[in-house]
Amino acid sequence: MVAFQAPCKFMLQYLKDFIDYLSAPTISFTLLTVMFPFVFPPTDWFQKMHKKLGFHHMWTNKGGIAGILLITAFFVMGFLDKNFNIILTKPDNFPIILMTYTMFFFIWLGMKKAYVNDERLDQGKKPDEYHDPEDKVLVWPDLVYIELIALILFTVFLIVWSILVAAPLEEPANPAATPNPSKAPWYFLGLQEMLVYFDPWIAGILFPLFIIIGTSAIPYMDINPKGDGYYSFKERRVGIFIFMYGWIVLWVFLIVIGTFFRGPNWNFFGPFEFWDPHKIEALNNVNLSEYFWVIGLNKPLPTNPLVRESIGILATAFYVFLLPPLLAKTWLKDMFKAYGPVRYSFLMLFGLLMLSLPIKMYLRWIINLKYIVSIPEWFFNI
Amino acid sequence: MSKKENKKQSLLDWLGNSQLWKSIIRSGVPRTRRQRMYAILGNVFLHLHPARLPRHAVKLGYTWCMGGLSFFLFVVLTITGILLMFYYRPTVEYAFTDIIDLGEQVPLGIMREIHRWGAHAMVLTVWLHMLRVFMTGSYKPPREFNWTVGVILMTLTMFLSFTGYLLPWDQLAIWAVTVGSNMARAHPFIGSEGPGASLLAIGDINLVHAGSDVRFGLLGGRFVGEATLLRFYVLHCIAVPFIAMIFMAVHFWRIRKDGGISGPM
Ligand code: HEM
Repeated sequence: MVAFQAPCKFMLQYLKDFIDYLSAPTISFTLLTVMFPFVFPPTDWFQKMHKKLGFHHMWTNKGGIAGILLITAFFVMGFLDKNFNIILTKPDNFPIILMTYTMFFFIWLGMKKAYVNDERLDQGKKPDEYHDPEDKVLVWPDLVYIELIALILFTVFLIVWSILVAAPLEEPANPAATPNPSKAPWYFLGLQEMLVYFDPWIAGILFPLFIIIGTSAIPYMDINPKGDGYYSFKERRVGIFIFMYGWIVLWVFLIVIGTFFRGPNWNFFGPFEFWDPHKIEALNNVNLSEYFWVIGLNKPLPTNPLVRESIGILATAFYVFLLPPLLAKTWLKDMFKAYGPVRYSFLMLFGLLMLSLPIKMYLRWIINLKYIVSIPEWFFNI
Repeated sequence: MSKKENKKQSLLDWLGNSQLWKSIIRSGVPRTRRQRMYAILGNVFLHLHPARLPRHAVKLGYTWCMGGLSFFLFVVLTITGILLMFYYRPTVEYAFTDIIDLGEQVPLGIMREIHRWGAHAMVLTVWLHMLRVFMTGSYKPPREFNWTVGVILMTLTMFLSFTGYLLPWDQLAIWAVTVGSNMARAHPFIGSEGPGASLLAIGDINLVHAGSDVRFGLLGGRFVGEATLLRFYVLHCIAVPFIAMIFMAVHFWRIRKDGGISGPM
């Protein structure tokens, strides 16, 4: 027995180091992004690869059980690890554990039902939800009882949770002692994570505003009439792909990073790493203007901010104002015709804004870009 | 159906036919189809529902019950919140100690836990409800507007949760709110460190500065302090729930007016 312990420990440590390595946003975000179209295939080609690579097994009972077991294994390992345990067992982090499970389970459930229906539709049958419109059930007792039972079960769950986990209360408020890291409530940590890449006026104001407006506008921008009132994937694959990417990767995943992987000074720490407040990360980010004038042309930065930032301003203007009409004339011609100018413009605006987050992330990771446009005089940094 | 059984009246039937019961619940004990439909229609709370529904609509697998749970949690939070208000005083002097007393002095002191965990759970159930509505394509015409009302409800839910986060007045609270409200400082034009704020000036006098910007308005001061606590308390206990209730009324009304729960044609 004892002889086995050492290699086991070694293996476990190896696995933990590997997970730490994978968790770094550069790696995990890239993996998720690259895998995404294979998991939620938006086109025929991806659909074929999706089948070939076996991703469709994710949405079967076996896939669901495997997913739940994987998540559980990760949390159990974390619970037994002395570093991850500290973060995992903070009472206010319990909702995130709950979020991980419920998000996975319900996305799985929705997709499973969608696949069942897709198959039925392929065979020319009606979706699973369909029943003869004349054949209705009475709300009393058929619905009222379900509601009553759901209500009782949930009350029990809430009371048990409340008895087992005391609500957190830290030291009394002290405006002079800033905790490190200072974190927003967990449901805003995705936004706080975006602060790494954007200034507050974008990550804290523009993005939230456009997330709210953009989400509200989904019904007005999705003109696909199919798949109304039943689970389905095939009939709405592009819509589901876009929504799920924003939802899972740009929102839920960033919350997970912000909660579990961001320690003192908002530095990255792998889940099994110790949150060392003295960890130093080299900050050698460079503005686009410096790249252009100083490194490219070997000149000093111009003093006029508009001249200095002209390249960044042009690039941004191109991205926001020129790219949409250009795409409308070329690659997205059919889409432009189908959507009409107003709907198309809004769709582009929301889409480009959403894409700007991963774009800026990669510019930061690959060329250490700090700001595309940097006019600190006017607090105008992009 | 019930005629045969009527010979030997059960206690429930006797009660159901009494003047008292009939004055409150006119349908009596809902046994016949007619009575059962009337039980829904004649009750101000239950008649949120139609009397009859298509078969898929009452299945847990279709709605996941998440909208209903969100509403249920809102009710739980209202009730526990009212109980908490009996003990809690929103001042820098008392807030923290009142929270401690809630756990230590008040019998069965888990109201704070139920309130806090319920609030976290509500954020989750609302998100999952949105996911369900998306996955079933239920936002498509004619339900577009109700989706928009839903997004407003979700925003209000998160804002409710955020304003409540400050009230325990511990380190977790003020720093989470400080981090959150610092964003407001960067609001274009109306935040003191937002782009364009310096344009709003008369000569040398800045109109938008740390003592007049939108963050100042939210916090009632330059820092998270006494005035902020009162402001967040009022927002959390009265203003936002009030607005949320109005939008919920619209949300529920619209579900019915948009043709009831969505389903395949
Ligand atoms: C406080 C938050 C909310 C409450 C209490 C609430 C409550 C409900 C309830 C009880 C239903 C009935 C069907 C069901 O349970 O699924 C419903 C349906 C609906 N909700 Fe919500 N909801 C909330 C937030 C949202 C959000 C965030 C969205 C979307 C962004 C949304 C969009 C809709 C739509 C479109 C329907 C109609 C669905 C259908 O006909 O299938 N709601 N809501």
